[in-house]
Amino acid sequence: MPADIALPRVAATKARAGAPGDLLFRFLTFFFALLVLLILGGVIVALVDGAVPALRRFGIAFLYTDVWNPVTEKFGALAPIFGTLVTSAIAMLVGIPVAFGVAMFISEICPIWLKRPLATMIELLAAIPSIIYGIWGLFVFAPFVQQYIQPAIIDTLGQIPGIGALFAGPPLGIGVLTAGFILAIMVLPFISSIMRDVFETVPPMLKESAYGLGATRTEVVLQVVLPYTRIGVVGGIMLGLGRALGETMAVTFVIGNAHRISSSILQPGTTISASLANEFTEAVGDLYLSSLVALGLILFVITFAVLAFAKLMLLRLQKRAGG
Amino acid sequence: MSVYARRRAVNAVVMAFTLAATGFGLLWLVLVLGTLLWNGTAALTPALFAQMTPPPGSTGGLLNAIFGSVVMTLIATLIGTPTGILAGTFLAEYSRGSRFGKVVRFINDILLSAPSIIVGLFVYELMVVRMGHFSAWAGAVALAIIVIPVVVRTTEDMLNLVPNALREAASALGSPKWKVIVMVSYRAAIQGMVTGVMLAIARIAGETAPLLFTALNNQFWSTNLNAPMANLPVVIFQFAMSPYADWQVLAWGGALLITITVLFLNIGARALASWSTFKQ
Repeated sequence: MPADIALPRVAATKARAGAPGDLLFRFLTFFFALLVLLILGGVIVALVDGAVPALRRFGIAFLYTDVWNPVTEKFGALAPIFGTLVTSAIAMLVGIPVAFGVAMFISEICPIWLKRPLATMIELLAAIPSIIYGIWGLFVFAPFVQQYIQPAIIDTLGQIPGIGALFAGPPLGIGVLTAGFILAIMVLPFISSIMRDVFETVPPMLKESAYGLGATRTEVVLQVVLPYTRIGVVGGIMLGLGRALGETMAVTFVIGNAHRISSSILQPGTTISASLANEFTEAVGDLYLSSLVALGLILFVITFAVLAFAKLMLLRLQKRAGG
Repeated sequence: MSVYARRRAVNAVVMAFTLAATGFGLLWLVLVLGTLLWNGTAALTPALFAQMTPPPGSTGGLLNAIFGSVVMTLIATLIGTPTGILAGTFLAEYSRGSRFGKVVRFINDILLSAPSIIVGLFVYELMVVRMGHFSAWAGAVALAIIVIPVVVRTTEDMLNLVPNALREAASALGSPKWKVIVMVSYRAAIQGMVTGVMLAIARIAGETAPLLFTALNNQFWSTNLNAPMANLPVVIFQFAMSPYADWQVLAWGGALLITITVLFLNIGARALASWSTFKQ
């Protein structure tokens, strides 16, 4: 067949389709690829299975009650869900602008010889294990925040009527704000590295045209690069958000682990992952354990949705770039 | 202010902001590593590597925890590497354009960023509940599940960089496809694949959350893989959260050990990747 001459790889495979080695190897790799799906399936089954007793007992109210009382065996997930969302929101508020600044500096502004070392150093921030951020946050950062930053916040922002309640209470060092800030440092390298990657996909012609018209660097980035890479940037941000939502150890150290919803972000709180890390091995009673697994299920559903959205955004950009 | 001056001023402000943001990022790297070195070196004594984790109030080291971490990381790597490489091979060599391949790739990317504490919960339900006790095996399996997506991803990426002409040449010489993959594709991509494994080890070396519910902890020397086993991250967690000064010093020492390991693996992996055969 002439087609086979044009496509030598296809021809070679077809001719040997019966070779036992080929069949075996193909099956082997297929099996392990299938295993990746099975892991995800297993996670879903295990979490749902473990969460059933709690969900059956408390029903949908589990999602919006904020009691967490192991003694009377009354559990509701609202406080950890609230804490997870608030710490992640703080992390995004601080992390996104900084990540954008870093990505813009490295990809568009700094001299070429500095690019690689700078990018590597920022990415090393992502390599540091989260427990290191935790111990550092507890012993170094939290005392610093308690002594200098929180008193200043309470004296200024805390006095403004209306939003003052957000910054009320004694300076404890640990708390929701501290946890959110450490999360911001942790997600910064993930977001900035994806932003940098997608900035690279902008055709140089577009940027050169803008510069040729006399645009400043800021105008090129904001009006050419950013519109072109918008979905990729959103994807990167969502990926960072996915990390922030599920981050465990760093948060556990500094959030204070209090099952309550406080209007002040200076006060202790808890997140889903911190509750799990703190209480799981000490939980007595099936209902307590099952409630914790149900928390894990909620976290899984949230992060899965966020990460899937991020991935779809990035895939769309990739498709357009012809990658 | 004229339009030009305003645009120039805006530009200057944004430039200053990006510079400040980069400085801000680097500042944290320096601060974290600096305080870690400062507090950690004080704990680096010979006893740290020679003695077991102590009860509160007495001196000791981290020998059992170091041993446990090395053992579990090793087992996790031994399980996760072949699994990841074979799955990555399927994606790169067999699944081009297929729907199944796309789904696996998508799910793998999600597993790559999924919260590690969820993996801990999964292995708890899968192994600990069924076996009736915490064990080093469960810890190693939890870590392996974290290794797999990293290795799948890098293996696929690296195999995709291998020029098709190489495969075609091998096929033209009459070798079956599995031989083409093993003898040609793997050889061409080996540096990148090793890089992926190193990054995966770096990732699990400091993982704490999945070990909390699986390997738990053990105050004593144990080589029994069917029993709870001490490991650095969980020991650091327990000791740092404790009120005892001796324990806190040991926690800093352990933290420094982990960070040095992780940074060396990372920098080594990058160095290896930078003289890899096929550049991206």
